[in-house]
Amino acid sequence: MKERIVELRKRFEDQLGNVADPEKLEELRLSFLSKKGQLQDLMKELSKIPNEQKKEAGQLINTFKQEVQQRFDEKKEELAAAAEKLLIESTESYDESMPAAFPCGSYHPITLVQRELEDIFESMGFDIEDYSEIVSDYDCFEAVNIPKFHPARDMQDTYYLTSKNQLLKSHTSAAQNAILRKYGPALKESGRPIRAVFPGRCFRNEAVDASHDNTFFQMEGVMVDKDISISNLIYFMKTMLSEVFGREVTVRLRPGFFPFVEPGFELDIKCLNCGGKGCPSCGNSGWLELCPCGMIHPNVLKMGGINTDEDPFEYTGFAFGLGLTRLAMMKYGVRDIRVFNDGDLGALSQFISA
Amino acid sequence: MLVSMNWIRDFVNLDGQDIEELISRFTLGVAEVEGIEHKGENIHGVVVGEIISCEPHPDSDHLHVLKVDAGKEVYDVVCGAPNARSGIKTAFALPGARVGEIEIRQAKLRGVISNGMCCSEKELGISDDHSGIMELPADFVNGTDLKTIYPIDDIVFEVDNKSLTNRPDLWGHYGMAREFAALTGRELAPLPVKECDYEGTDEVSIEIRNPELCYRYTSVRVENVKKKESLPEMKIRLYYCGTRAINLLADLTNYLMLELGQPMHAFDGKKISNIIVDTPKEEFRFRTLDSQEREITKDTLMIFNGEEPVAIAGIMGGLDSEITEETDSLLLESANFDGVSIRKSASRLGLRTDASARYEKTLDPEMTMQAVKRFLKLLSEADPGARCTSRITDSYVKKYPELTVSFDKAFVDRYTGIDITSERIHDTLTALGFETKRDGDSFVCKVPSFRATKDISMKADIVEEITRIYGYDNFKITTTHSPLLPAKTTMKRSYDNAVKDLLVKTYGMHEVHTRVWQNADDLRDLGIVPEDNVKLLGFSDDVGILRNTMMQTLLPVVNKNKNYQPDFGVFEIGRVVHGLKEDETADERRMLGIVLYSKQVTEKQLYLKAVEAVDAIVSLLKHSTPSYRKTAPVHTWQHPKNTAEILIAGSVIGRINTLHPSNLVRIAKNAFAVCVEIDMDALLDAKAGVLSFEAPSRFPGIDYDLSLVIPEGMRFEDIQECWMGKEIADLRKVSVIDIYDAGLVKSVTVRFAFGSDERSLTGEEVQGHIDAIIDRLKARRVELKA
Repeated sequence: MKERIVELRKRFEDQLGNVADPEKLEELRLSFLSKKGQLQDLMKELSKIPNEQKKEAGQLINTFKQEVQQRFDEKKEELAAAAEKLLIESTESYDESMPAAFPCGSYHPITLVQRELEDIFESMGFDIEDYSEIVSDYDCFEAVNIPKFHPARDMQDTYYLTSKNQLLKSHTSAAQNAILRKYGPALKESGRPIRAVFPGRCFRNEAVDASHDNTFFQMEGVMVDKDISISNLIYFMKTMLSEVFGREVTVRLRPGFFPFVEPGFELDIKCLNCGGKGCPSCGNSGWLELCPCGMIHPNVLKMGGINTDEDPFEYTGFAFGLGLTRLAMMKYGVRDIRVFNDGDLGALSQFISA
Repeated sequence: MLVSMNWIRDFVNLDGQDIEELISRFTLGVAEVEGIEHKGENIHGVVVGEIISCEPHPDSDHLHVLKVDAGKEVYDVVCGAPNARSGIKTAFALPGARVGEIEIRQAKLRGVISNGMCCSEKELGISDDHSGIMELPADFVNGTDLKTIYPIDDIVFEVDNKSLTNRPDLWGHYGMAREFAALTGRELAPLPVKECDYEGTDEVSIEIRNPELCYRYTSVRVENVKKKESLPEMKIRLYYCGTRAINLLADLTNYLMLELGQPMHAFDGKKISNIIVDTPKEEFRFRTLDSQEREITKDTLMIFNGEEPVAIAGIMGGLDSEITEETDSLLLESANFDGVSIRKSASRLGLRTDASARYEKTLDPEMTMQAVKRFLKLLSEADPGARCTSRITDSYVKKYPELTVSFDKAFVDRYTGIDITSERIHDTLTALGFETKRDGDSFVCKVPSFRATKDISMKADIVEEITRIYGYDNFKITTTHSPLLPAKTTMKRSYDNAVKDLLVKTYGMHEVHTRVWQNADDLRDLGIVPEDNVKLLGFSDDVGILRNTMMQTLLPVVNKNKNYQPDFGVFEIGRVVHGLKEDETADERRMLGIVLYSKQVTEKQLYLKAVEAVDAIVSLLKHSTPSYRKTAPVHTWQHPKNTAEILIAGSVIGRINTLHPSNLVRIAKNAFAVCVEIDMDALLDAKAGVLSFEAPSRFPGIDYDLSLVIPEGMRFEDIQECWMGKEIADLRKVSVIDIYDAGLVKSVTVRFAFGSDERSLTGEEVQGHIDAIIDRLKARRVELKA
C-alpha cells in the first residue's frame, strides 16, 4: 500500500505541477478526490489487504487524502494569486496629468469677494442689506449731509436721470438713511443695535481707463448704539480687516473729510506685501489707503430718525466704506479694472472658486 | 500744495525737532503728505566767486577762459555762459563741489584745463533760469558759502490737495504753521504786518453790488514802486513752492497767497479809478491776462472799473489792467467771494487757477485786511520807497456769524472712548486758535473765523480737533459693549446665491457684469436699435439710455465672446428700468438674465436646456415646476414663434426666447442663442410649493410604462391632461423616462407608478386605470407606440 501511495503521490505531484488554470485544477481534483476518483480506488483496494494491516493502511490513505486536499487548496490559492497578479499587471497605469476638461462655470470676482465679506460681517452680527441703483437726490446727498452746491453733486460727476431728481447712486452711503429708518425702531424699542452692511453698485461719470471705471462696487457698513466711540471704531476696523485679510493687520487713522461723518478718517493698513518697509504695491510709503470711515455725522443720525434736536448725541455710531472692486483687484492681482465690466470670458472664466 | 519748512519756521520755532518725524505726525493729524524733498541736499561747495579776467577760448567761438577769485584761491575756469564777463560776482562751484548730479573735477575743455564751474540758478535748483550764470551783488565777500547767504537748504513737502478740501485755513503756510505749533506745543508767532502810513482822507472807491457773491472787498492804493525784482529769498521760496517769480508786485501777491491763503490781485493803479463788483447785465467776451478771450455769462461775478470789466472775480485778472514792467503804482485787491459761485464760474470757463482753487474752499473774510497789511509790510521790505496813496478801504458787506461751542469732558470721553485730560483739551484747542474758556471740566470755546466758514460748528467737530492732535495711534482701543443679537440673511441674498451656485456649478455658466445703459454701437452690431427708455441727463442716445432688459447688454457680451468657445452660457443678476412709474420715478427691477450660446447643438436642444435650467431654479427655490405660455415677442430680437412667458402658479416671473433669425445671423452662422430673463423679485414673491414628506409604502408598487407617439403640433402639457388632475386612485407619481425626438416624429415614454400604503396592488386594478388613461389619450389622437 505504501508503494501504491508513493506512486500515486508522484503521479499527483507531476500532474499538479502542470496545472496552469483553475478549470484544469478542478479536473485534477475530481480525478483524485471524487467518488470515482483515484483515492476512492485505493480505498477499494483496502479490502484486499490483510486485516492486521488494514488499520495502518487506512490511516495512510486518509493522511494521503488530507495531503492531496491541502495541496489542491494551496494550488488554488496560488493560481488565484497569480491570476490577480496578472490582472493587476495588465491594468493600465492611468495618467492623472492628462488635462481634464470639465464643464465648469465661473463666478464674477465681485461675487466672490462680496460673499467672503458678507460671511465675515454676518459672523460679526451684521444684517446684510440691499439697495436700489437708482436713488433720489435726497437719499444720495441730502440725507447724508452733502449740502446743495457740493462738488459731488455736480452733473459732470453724477449720472442724473432726466426725470424727478433721480440719479444712479454715486456711493453706497445713499442707502444709509433707509437703513437707519429700517432698524432705528428696534434700536429704540428693544435696544437692538443697528449693525448692517450694504453692498452695491455705484456709478460716477468718469473716463474709463485701467484704474478707473464709471461703474464699481462698494460695501458700506454702519453700527449705531448708545455710547459708540472712536475707540470702538478703531477696534472694530482692526478686527474686521484682520478677518478680511486673514491675518492681523496694523491700522492707522488719518483725518479725512467726508460730509456724512464727524470726525472722518482715512484708514490705512500697514502694507501686507512689505510689512511697512515700502514697496511698489504701497507706493513705497509702507501703508495702503484702504477705506474711509468715521463717526456718523449728527445730521445724518437726525435725518435717519435716530436722534432728535433735543439730544443730537443720544445715539452715536460709526460708518465705513469698503471698495469691493478695489479689494477684488488687490486680492486677485487684477491690474486693469476694465476686466470687471467688459464681460471677456477669457478673463472672467478664471474665477472658478466657490 | 507744496510747503516749505523754512517758511513754517518763520512762524514757529522748530529747533530741536526731528522734522521728518514731525511731517509724518502731520500726515496723521492734519493732512496727507505725499512726498518730501530735501532741497539743497546735493549742493555743496558753491561759493561767491569773482570773475577777474575773461578771455576768449583759443579753440571755441562761445567758450571763455576765466580767472575766478574764490577768496582763498584764484581758479582757471572754462565757461560757456553768454553773460560771463570780467568784474561780476557769481556762484562758483569749487573743485570737489557737488552741483546736483555733477561732481566738479578738474577737466580739460578743448585743450584748456578748467577747475570748478560757474553756476546758473537752475543748476543750483533755485529757479528754472538757465540763461546764464548767476550774477551776485558786488558787496558779497569772495569765498563765502552761498548756502550761508541764500536759503538753498530747505525741506519741502507736498500735501494732497484733496485732503485740504475742508480746511480753507490750510491753503497758506501760516495756517500750516499753526498746526505745527499745536503738534509740538510751541508758540505760533503773530504774522508781521505794517499799518498803512497814509494820513490823508482818500479812499478807494468800492461798490459791491452783489453782496451774496462778494462778502468783502479790501483795497489800498500804492505808488512810487521802483523796484522791479523780488528779493532772492522770496524768489527761492516761491520757486520751491511751485511758483515762478515774475516781477515784484506779482510775486508779492503770489507770496501772500502762499503764506496766508488769501488770493490778491494787483491792478495797474493808473488804470483803475472805481471798483464795482457785480455780475454783468449781458454776456460778453473778455481777455484775461493769459491773453485768452473768454465768454463771460451773466452769472459770472466780475470786477469792473466803472463800466469796464477788469477781472473775473476770484479767478483771473484782465490783460488790460495787468501789472507791466512800467507799472509804478497799483491798486491792491484783497477780497472774499462766494466759494460756490467761484467754483461754478471756474468750471464753466474751464479756468481753474490757484486763486479760484482757494476761493472754492470758502475762505475766511476776516483775512482780507490782515493780508493787505502783510502785503504792505513785505513791500516795504522789498522797496522801502513805495508809498500808500489812499487809506486801506474796506467794504465788508456779509459776515459769518460768530460761533461758540459748549461742551464738557464727559462728552469728549464718551465720544472718544478714552480719557483725555481737561488740561490737554484746553491746551490743544487754544493752540489751534480756539479761544477756550474752561471751568473745571466744562468748556466754552469760540470757533476762530478761519475755521468757521464751513468747517466747524458743533461738538463732534471739536472732538476731532482734540483727537487728531492727541493722535489716533495713541488711542487705547476697546470693543463695543452692544448686545449680540442674531442677524438674518435677507431672502434676496439667499435667492441670489442659490441661483448663482446652480448656474455656475450645475450648468457651467459664467457670471458677468454689464453696464446699466444701452450701448448703441454694441447693439447695432447685432442689428438691434436701442429702445426708448429712461435717459441719463446730458448724454446722447448712443450711451445714455438705461437698459429695459438684461439682453440689451448681455447679448453684446455673447457677441464679443462668440469665438471664446463653441458652447457657453453667461448670466448676470442686475438692474433694469421698466420706464417710469406713476409718480414719475424710475421703475427699477432686479433681473436675472441668462444667454445660452452654442455652435454645437440644435436650437431646440439649446432651448430645452434653458428650460431645464429655469425648471431647476424654480424647483430649487419654490419646490414647484413652472409653466410656460407662448406669447408674442415684446422686443424685435425675440423669435416670433419661440418666445414664452415663464409662470409660477399663474403669475408671470419671466420670459424665455430664441433669437430672431435676423439678429442671430449677425452673431455667427450656424450658431444659436437662447435668452432667459427672470424678475428676481417676482420669483421671490411667487407662491412656493410645500415641501412635504410622504413615507414610502411598505408594499411593492407597480410601474406601468406607456410609449406615446405625439401628434404634430401637440404640446406635452396637452397630453398631461389625460392623467393630471384626474384623481386616479393609487397613482403615486408620473415621470417621463425617455424622449425620442426626430423632428416630425416624436414619442415619449411615460412611467406611471402605482402603489398603496395598505396592500399590494393587483395587476387588474392597475390595468383598469391604465385603460382609462389610454382611452383619454386616444380621444386626443395620441397613439401608443407599437
